[in-house]
Amino acid sequence: MSKAREVLLNPIFNENPIALQILGICSALAVTSNLYVTLIMCIALTVVVSFSNLFVSLIRDHIPTNIRIIVQMTIISSLVILVDEILKAFDYGTSKQIGVFVGLIITNCIVMGRAEAYAMQNSPGMSFLDGLGNGLGYSLILIIVAVFRELIGSGSLSLTSSYSLEILPLVQNGGWYVGNNYFLLPPSSFVIIGLLIWALRAWKTEQIEEPQYTILSNSLETEKRKT
Amino acid sequence: MRDNNTISKILMVGISLCLVCSAIVSVAAVGLRDKQIENAKYDQQLRILASANLITEGRTIEDIFTSIEERIINLETGEFVDVIDLATFDANKFSKNPETSISLSSEQDIAVIKNRENFSKVYLHYIDVELNAVILPVRGYGLWGTMYGYLALESDLNTIIGLEFYKDKETPGLGAEINNPKWKSLWNGKEVYSPSGDILIKVIKGSVMPDDFNAVNKVDGLSGATITSNGVTNLLQFWLSDLGFMPFLKTLKKNQNKILEDNNV
Repeated sequence: MSKAREVLLNPIFNENPIALQILGICSALAVTSNLYVTLIMCIALTVVVSFSNLFVSLIRDHIPTNIRIIVQMTIISSLVILVDEILKAFDYGTSKQIGVFVGLIITNCIVMGRAEAYAMQNSPGMSFLDGLGNGLGYSLILIIVAVFRELIGSGSLSLTSSYSLEILPLVQNGGWYVGNNYFLLPPSSFVIIGLLIWALRAWKTEQIEEPQYTILSNSLETEKRKT
Repeated sequence: MRDNNTISKILMVGISLCLVCSAIVSVAAVGLRDKQIENAKYDQQLRILASANLITEGRTIEDIFTSIEERIINLETGEFVDVIDLATFDANKFSKNPETSISLSSEQDIAVIKNRENFSKVYLHYIDVELNAVILPVRGYGLWGTMYGYLALESDLNTIIGLEFYKDKETPGLGAEINNPKWKSLWNGKEVYSPSGDILIKVIKGSVMPDDFNAVNKVDGLSGATITSNGVTNLLQFWLSDLGFMPFLKTLKKNQNKILEDNNV
């Protein structure tokens, strides 16, 4: 596999930012109750992380190490404001729905994590690809979570800001399905992400981490062993 | 490797980065502002028309909106006010200025809006010369934040045409179901006041049965969103009370009666 392909595709399954690095969980909880909003959020984050990597990498030789975090933050914030302004101008309805969460991309750990861990040491082209790959890896998990949450929670999938595809007709709309309210609340994402991580690690066993300690079978055993 | 950590280099990198970034952000903000304002205005007009059920296929929102008359009223007296410029009127600014608002006591403030502006915009829709709908801006606290909306009343100033929220922070799928077309359609035909003028409109827990006492004043609650439902009740009860639009509705009624009498004479 060529280097560029590896940099782009590795973050999707092998080094997924959410599933392996457990970064950027906050927005995975907050914006995944509606598929369309999730899609917009994924595009916004992917754009921000790709370009912040590109710009950080372009000036990496000139960034004084003492102020590198602030420099990265400035670049990221400017990009986020840009994305937010563009969204407000071209997709007002969705920007109203996402509200503060686009602004909160600034604090998304993936963006700064990639700038600090990758873009500071690598060439602009590679950094851009790394950002793109991480954005796609993040998007993959978010979209899966959103599909489960919206389908189980409200029986439909929003494909545009105004159109949602009804798959399980809800009782309140004259159907038979009673929506599971738990899946509309953020904590349900933990369950779905947890199951996803389990599935991913069952498939790619090299991602399983060494246990940090072993649990003893029971206290009686412990007592016996002591004596 | 060069030493980037000299004070002059730090200052230079910092300042030039700030200049470049602020230039980009300002250009984007200024360049896109017109389009954003247009979007916000379009959205507002859409909600106003939707609340009064005036949206028809094949006509643009701007076109339909020309049939709406915007007026500013004094909430205290209920009279129309002409001295305030319609285009620049901002209810939010008025409510924050102590000279143009009243501070509500906790007993009065059932909708949790803290200050009530003394002036408000209202939207009137006429068919020929006859009043068809009155659209009132309302707001009040739900579960997570203030819900902003429009309440449209028929010309009898008692029957609801529709209630439309344009800004809320309620939980998607639960409280945010205030934007569900199915639930919004429940409001049509509901009555706000009793014959003696008490404010009866209420979002109840569960479903309204046709033989319920005062069924015409009750709307089904949103399941799993009791606090949002109560918030909607509270904001309606507030804005339809003496502190809200009641004086205005009374004035409007008086004018209507006068026109009727004049016609009869």
